[in-house]
Amino acid sequence: MKKVNRRSFLKGGLVTGAAALAVGSAKKANASGSFGGYPDSMGVLVDMTKCIGCRTCEAACNKEQNLPKPDKPFDDKSVFEEHRHGGLPRRTTEKAYTVVNRYEIKGREHPLFRKFQCNHCQEPACLTSCFVNAYTKTPEGAVIYDETVCVGCRTCMVACPFYVPAYTFSSAINPVVKKCIMCYDTRLKFGRPPACVEACPSGVMVFGKRTDLISLAHKRIEDHPGEYNHHVYGEKDVGGTSWMYLTSEDAPFDEIGFDTHLGTEPIINYVKEFLAIVPMVLTIWPALFTGFHLLATRKDTIKNDEGEK
Amino acid sequence: MKTFAKQGFEPVDTLQKPGVAVPWTFAEKMLLGLSPGDYVKQLVRNPLNWFFALVYIIGVPVLLGRFYYGLGWATHGSYDYPWGLFLGWGLFCMVPLSASGFMLGTTVELFGRKDFKPLERLGLLNGLLGYLFAVVFLQVDLGQPWRLIYPMFVSLGPAAVLFLVAWHVATYLSVQVAELVPAASELMGWKAPKKMVKSIVLGLTVAGIILSTLHQGALGALFTYAPGKVHPLWFSAQFQWFHFFCSSIFAGLSMLIVVSTLAKRFLGWRCDANFTDNLDRITLGLAKGCALALITYLIIKMTAIAHDNEWGLLFTGWGQYYIFEICFGVVLPLMLYAKALRQKSARIARFAAIIAVLGILLNRLNTALIVFNYKLYQEIPHWREVVIVILVYSTYVIVYRACLCRLPILYTWKGESR
Repeated sequence: MKKVNRRSFLKGGLVTGAAALAVGSAKKANASGSFGGYPDSMGVLVDMTKCIGCRTCEAACNKEQNLPKPDKPFDDKSVFEEHRHGGLPRRTTEKAYTVVNRYEIKGREHPLFRKFQCNHCQEPACLTSCFVNAYTKTPEGAVIYDETVCVGCRTCMVACPFYVPAYTFSSAINPVVKKCIMCYDTRLKFGRPPACVEACPSGVMVFGKRTDLISLAHKRIEDHPGEYNHHVYGEKDVGGTSWMYLTSEDAPFDEIGFDTHLGTEPIINYVKEFLAIVPMVLTIWPALFTGFHLLATRKDTIKNDEGEK
Repeated sequence: MKTFAKQGFEPVDTLQKPGVAVPWTFAEKMLLGLSPGDYVKQLVRNPLNWFFALVYIIGVPVLLGRFYYGLGWATHGSYDYPWGLFLGWGLFCMVPLSASGFMLGTTVELFGRKDFKPLERLGLLNGLLGYLFAVVFLQVDLGQPWRLIYPMFVSLGPAAVLFLVAWHVATYLSVQVAELVPAASELMGWKAPKKMVKSIVLGLTVAGIILSTLHQGALGALFTYAPGKVHPLWFSAQFQWFHFFCSSIFAGLSMLIVVSTLAKRFLGWRCDANFTDNLDRITLGLAKGCALALITYLIIKMTAIAHDNEWGLLFTGWGQYYIFEICFGVVLPLMLYAKALRQKSARIARFAAIIAVLGILLNRLNTALIVFNYKLYQEIPHWREVVIVILVYSTYVIVYRACLCRLPILYTWKGESR
């Protein structure tokens, strides 16, 4: 058997250790700790009790983002009757980054309208699942996307708990993800509210610092007893989102298309259970299995040594 | 081929032509020592080739269409169902069924179980080709496949699970290529590469274990990004990676049993005595490994249910389906393997292996497609998607067969020791 002298042992140990450290620490840095969001990030509070379903926000979004002309004009209310696959209401698409849906609720006089777009999570699942780092959470609060590096694996669409990102499946040459970017390039960067917020005629949405919006939401709930549901959707859901929602007391969130079972943990926290074992496997496995090898073949080794003598 | 074998034909297994000191040329080796005319004759005689021809006539235009008209034309990929059969079958099923490479490498090289040697190379080849074609499936599915190297060199997202999968599959592919270099060297008559690989085989094997543990697990961990979409019975933040890793062990070994059975049945002319005489004994050895992995998997599956306290869900419709998956895909093969071992019957073990492979397919397709979006609606793959999957899988079988016919996998190269 080849003799292991001290120098070769040290050399081998150092190389393995350094490699393990380099790989292990890089992974660990990403796997531990919580981000929790930028302190001064902006957000929008959507008070759905005020929405009249005029779809002005949809039109404003379409114009601001230079999206293609829709099949039906924006003042056509028949879209509320539309159903996609599975009897589900309309959703965000590559041609519409925001949609308003109507919900008829039993025992409620008027229908409730729900505006929907990317919620711009504090710790976005799309961002953390992207293996080319195409997504960025800007300090202003927007989750933006760089289509020049996107490979098209579509894990972000699997990861998004709100089913927001859309994909241009019809393009063969340059398919990309399409979603609301909170008008980052044209407005948010300069401190201005997104186009949909500014266009709303009924003051459904309030643009402001996220922390202020949370206080405002709770104040509204307190000031109007019996009117609002006590849950501010997005304050804590999936780790908190930049867009938050208020609904009326008689129209609970789970009846108007919101998933209320997502929990308060950001999506990445579920993945950390796996990420945490990565440095462990990388560092312990080589030693462990080489040890197994030495144990398993010890009889051969002894035989060989005796043979040499 | 069987006809030729009956006539006394012996395929190439030496560097020199028998009787004369003239080496085989590369072209002659590729034709297995047959004349071009005879080679074509045996191709035409094989009914499987006619099936493949049909698959190609229908499939190739559809595949070209996928790249010309885009994914939307070829698949039912949607905003709600971003992934379809290409990944559901090609990545999530192919990869666990290819775990045999690292399993056999570990058994023979690391644990020193030389008695599994006759099947080691088949295990390695099954691993290499499975991974290679998983990448082919991935390339068909990616929106912009020409950007495949972006996560490696252009724009890195190292905290993402898929980043780990990309790097590990790439590294592991090279490890598996290196592990099969000896087989290619024997065919080509090279000496140095084989010796080189032999000297680092332990390192390669350990690397194989690390990479396999992590990327088999990572495929499971990909679904931990979707806690609200995958049904809770199939979802477990803590155990998902271990479910996928542990099940890949019996998946890979069962696939190896299936493949070796097919090889013995249909490529009997290429198998030597070392392979055929040892096969029943090794099959039972593999069956033991499968049984142990299956019972571990069953227990850890139950642990996950207990951990998240989901017993109540077992009584729902999805719960019944879950119980069916466990009974058919885990308990049934486990009992069959146990019976095979008790009666020392390789036949039963082979039957168990088929069930185990089907069970894995069921589990992976369930997680990726069927119980995914259980709150929304069911998606049925587009027929073009199915055609492309059959096309790529047929290519996999063709390449697999071509390798088995030529490389010293099922037979020993004359004058060489393994």
